[in-house]
Amino acid sequence: MSSLTTGLKGRAELGVALLLGAVGVLVFLDANGLVTPYSQSDPVGPKTVPFIVAGLLVACAVLLAVNVIRGGQGEAEGGEDIDLTHPADWKTILPLAGAFILNILLIDWAGWVISGTVLFWGSVLALGSRRYIRDGLISVALSLLTFYGFYLGLGIALPAGLLEGIL
Amino acid sequence: MDVWSSLMDGFATALTPMNFLYAVIGVILGTAVGVLPGLGPAMTVALLLPVTYALEPTSAFIMFAGIYYGGMYGGSTTSILLNTPGESSSVVTAIEGNKMAKAGRAAQALATAAIGSFIAGTIGTALLAVCAPIVVEFAVSLGAPSYFAIMVLALLAVTAVLGSSRLRGFSSLALGLAIGLVGIDSVTGQRRLTFGQPLLADGLDIVVVAVAIFAVGEALWVAAHLRRTPLHVIPVGRPWMGKKDWSRSWKPWLRGTAFGFPFGALPAGGAEIPTFLSYVTEKRLSKHPEEFGKGAIEGVAGPEAANNAAAAGTLTPMLALGLPTNATAAVMLAAFTSYGIQPGPQLFSSQGPLVWALIASLFIGNLLLLLINLPLAPLWAKLLQLPRPYLYAGILFFATLGAYSVNLQAFDLVLLLALGALGFMMRRFGLPVLPLILGVILGPRIEGQLRKSLQLSAGDPAGLWSEPIAVVIYIIVGLILLWPLIFKLVRRNRPAAAGPVPATETGPAAPSGSSAHADLPVHPESAAHPGSTVHSGSGVHADSTARPGSHSHPDSTARPDSPAHADKKETP
Repeated sequence: MSSLTTGLKGRAELGVALLLGAVGVLVFLDANGLVTPYSQSDPVGPKTVPFIVAGLLVACAVLLAVNVIRGGQGEAEGGEDIDLTHPADWKTILPLAGAFILNILLIDWAGWVISGTVLFWGSVLALGSRRYIRDGLISVALSLLTFYGFYLGLGIALPAGLLEGIL
Repeated sequence: MDVWSSLMDGFATALTPMNFLYAVIGVILGTAVGVLPGLGPAMTVALLLPVTYALEPTSAFIMFAGIYYGGMYGGSTTSILLNTPGESSSVVTAIEGNKMAKAGRAAQALATAAIGSFIAGTIGTALLAVCAPIVVEFAVSLGAPSYFAIMVLALLAVTAVLGSSRLRGFSSLALGLAIGLVGIDSVTGQRRLTFGQPLLADGLDIVVVAVAIFAVGEALWVAAHLRRTPLHVIPVGRPWMGKKDWSRSWKPWLRGTAFGFPFGALPAGGAEIPTFLSYVTEKRLSKHPEEFGKGAIEGVAGPEAANNAAAAGTLTPMLALGLPTNATAAVMLAAFTSYGIQPGPQLFSSQGPLVWALIASLFIGNLLLLLINLPLAPLWAKLLQLPRPYLYAGILFFATLGAYSVNLQAFDLVLLLALGALGFMMRRFGLPVLPLILGVILGPRIEGQLRKSLQLSAGDPAGLWSEPIAVVIYIIVGLILLWPLIFKLVRRNRPAAAGPVPATETGPAAPSGSSAHADLPVHPESAAHPGSTVHSGSGVHADSTARPGSHSHPDSTARPDSPAHADKKETP
């Protein structure tokens, strides 16, 4: 609590409490807006459970805020490939999210083969691989393989998009 | 129903060439992803769900059975060869397993893990085949109030008992329940939390939620903290065991199984508690206690058997009551539902052949695991060296593909990213993932049972405790919720016991319990405060998660709370 860094970390976790509280209020308002006549066959109605969930969310938000202000701290998850000694690396995450969003925007228009290639290639580069050509070839191969695998093996037609007619 | 003849019919179904092939694919796939860091069996099943929609349910579940056991085994390989277990159930295996591997006995460690898993899995599956019909017989007499109570118990137990902070567990559960509310209310047709968005009317697809939280969240989280220095993987040849290893392993295997199955079958299942108990027991009973901490084979054999027996035990409430208690079972439950099959007491009568084929394929999967994994161990070790950019880009790629192929709409990918960001945040701030997933899956079912109960009693809340079983369960729920409070009172009344070793009041297992405190990578404070923040009111010191600075410790992945759980379980 004394050093600046722990203070900052504590404040970041207050965001979690804020999110819980916001979701709680949202659930409450949404349920409150439902109009249902009382029915003998359904005495509970569609509102009761949302109200309980909203209450739980808000209670957790308050308790978590108190806990964080008093110095409590959630333990970040470790793992085989995780090195918690360095702070979150936004230079990796943002390009990664960018590749993901590009895929969402492209998938219906350009088709899976193109958007999937963009997704995989972008992700590999964002994660630090520097063999551009080999990575590109792998990306195209993966996208093509999954496209045909899904179509022929599972009968699921992924969108062909721009390459309609070629594939 | 005659268990034996049903099971034989199940074998007949599971051993048709195609189904057998699916079992083989399942085992190989399950082990491969279990070995790979960042991937667990729950995620594999979630990713494969859309793929298996093209299969018949029976084949799909046969494959899931293979993935389930394969994933468990793969996780232990990783923890033996790398000493950085990804799953909490493999934490204990890593303690002795990695020491053995470092001492040049990796082959024996893998062998005792594989054979122990096989024996425990086989006994566990046999117990499942015997117990499930008994549970079903008991369960058909239960009405909606009892089901409601059992589901509440399962949710609370998983949330309150597992994980290091109860408060964070409940936060995660509440978020999951909120996600589960989205969509059209089945009774009145009202739209809840859809915000006028027609794509949300059918609710969030469980595949999308599971893939987002498990896969996308994990990939983003690892990307943020990717280890830039390559990990040291201990090379291994073909696993084998000497005569002495056999004689030291067989008893721990059986004892581990005895710990694992009942804990797995309880609503607060999970493999953490039985693996820890097994470790402590083996340490106490061993003729070579001095080897513990330096690579004792008993310390691998027992916990590994407990782990796999617990995996089999978990399937008992899943199949007989429709009650999942770990992430994989939860996703499998979602799979059942998506095939239009309702797990629960009626399952054995309505879908008998499918259930027995599933149980039979668990036996087959177990045997395949042994036959395939012993020769393939060196290959799995190589898999650990897959370049990380490819691994995590691949996870994102297949997560996207899996989520998209459910409905073929880009909107699901937006949800995938948003929920993936939620999964990232949960990992960053120590919110456990399991309560959220169970909340999403069980939430709507609980609501259904609640409404059915009160419908029967015409709105009188007393209808909720109109069945004796329900009353008993509410008492247990009360005990779980009040446990930290009771524990505090007991400690206050016995000031002598206060301090870093509360294990002195835990009864018969006390000596081993306290010695384990010293050996495991445990923060003494967290062992002394198994209670957490929800009811204590003084969050400052009681919060076992407040361990700033511990992140750099190589063992920080070992859950600090496991000994605390053990004590909790032993006391009553």
